[in-house]
Amino acid sequence: MDIPYTYHERRDTGLTNGKIGIWLFLASEVMLFGALFASYILIRTGAPSWPRGDTVLDVYLATFNTIVLITSSVTMVMAWASLMRRKFGTFRIYMGATILLGAVFLVVKYFEYSHHFAIGEGPSHSNFLAVYYTLTGLHMLHVFGGMVVNAYFWGPGSKLYQTNPVWFTNRVEHSGLFWHFVDLVWIFLFPTLYLL
Amino acid sequence: MSSDHGATSDHADHAGHDPADIDRHVKVYITVFVALMILTVVTVAISRFHLSVPIAVTVALFVAIVKGSLVAGYFMHLVSEKKLILAVLALTVAFFIVLLALPILTHENGFWIPEVVVDQPHTGAEHK
Repeated sequence: MDIPYTYHERRDTGLTNGKIGIWLFLASEVMLFGALFASYILIRTGAPSWPRGDTVLDVYLATFNTIVLITSSVTMVMAWASLMRRKFGTFRIYMGATILLGAVFLVVKYFEYSHHFAIGEGPSHSNFLAVYYTLTGLHMLHVFGGMVVNAYFWGPGSKLYQTNPVWFTNRVEHSGLFWHFVDLVWIFLFPTLYLL
Repeated sequence: MSSDHGATSDHADHAGHDPADIDRHVKVYITVFVALMILTVVTVAISRFHLSVPIAVTVALFVAIVKGSLVAGYFMHLVSEKKLILAVLALTVAFFIVLLALPILTHENGFWIPEVVVDQPHTGAEHK
């Protein structure tokens, strides 16, 4: 049996099931990151001293990564807009750019992490770094997860466009909502960890 | 078998989005993108002033909330989203605020917990 209301809205909610499903999932994600932000506040306010992020971390690399992630959000929404205009070729260009920008973000994080590990600044070095690795590590997993889903829609999953373009457009919109959420989390992580 | 009753493959079937609207949407996306870039530069520039921690936190979070609202409002289409989604998010935001308030309320053991006075052991030094 097919999943109901994948490309036609339910009359009672005015939404497809996929749309409400992804928003409920994002609500749970808000609470997941919220719990970690609350832990950060608790640890920081309870610590006798706390370093400013820019004395430990590389602000220039993080600023670059912020620009990369915001740009990827734009390419993601442009990929969806391309499908709305029935321009499949343009969709693949924008979606490909989104995946590449996600990869750039992870490569930059790899260099950041390896630099810290090389000078002995692992998670056990200080409370600040423990919080930093936990929050950014979880965020990186989300970036990777989003890339996998986007790569599926760029590649094998895009066959659906030939048979049901509306359903495929909805799917891309939902993966886009997740991707924008990942961007949103970084918008708060960046000043919290790197600048304060 | 499809269970999408009365389904259509017409793109105009998307809630509130017909192809003619998309051009206007794209202009908004570009404007939001420029605003986000400017606010990112502002965030970094403000941190260079080395403000006191309470002011720095307030300013940084204010800018982050503005940026986050732009992403949620326009890229995630919350400005034109259905009431059910907004209701779910309002509930989420309420619980999120409670979650963030918990560590603040427990700071210095919480204002509602009576202060316990511990008797100092007598050393005899006070009689000398």
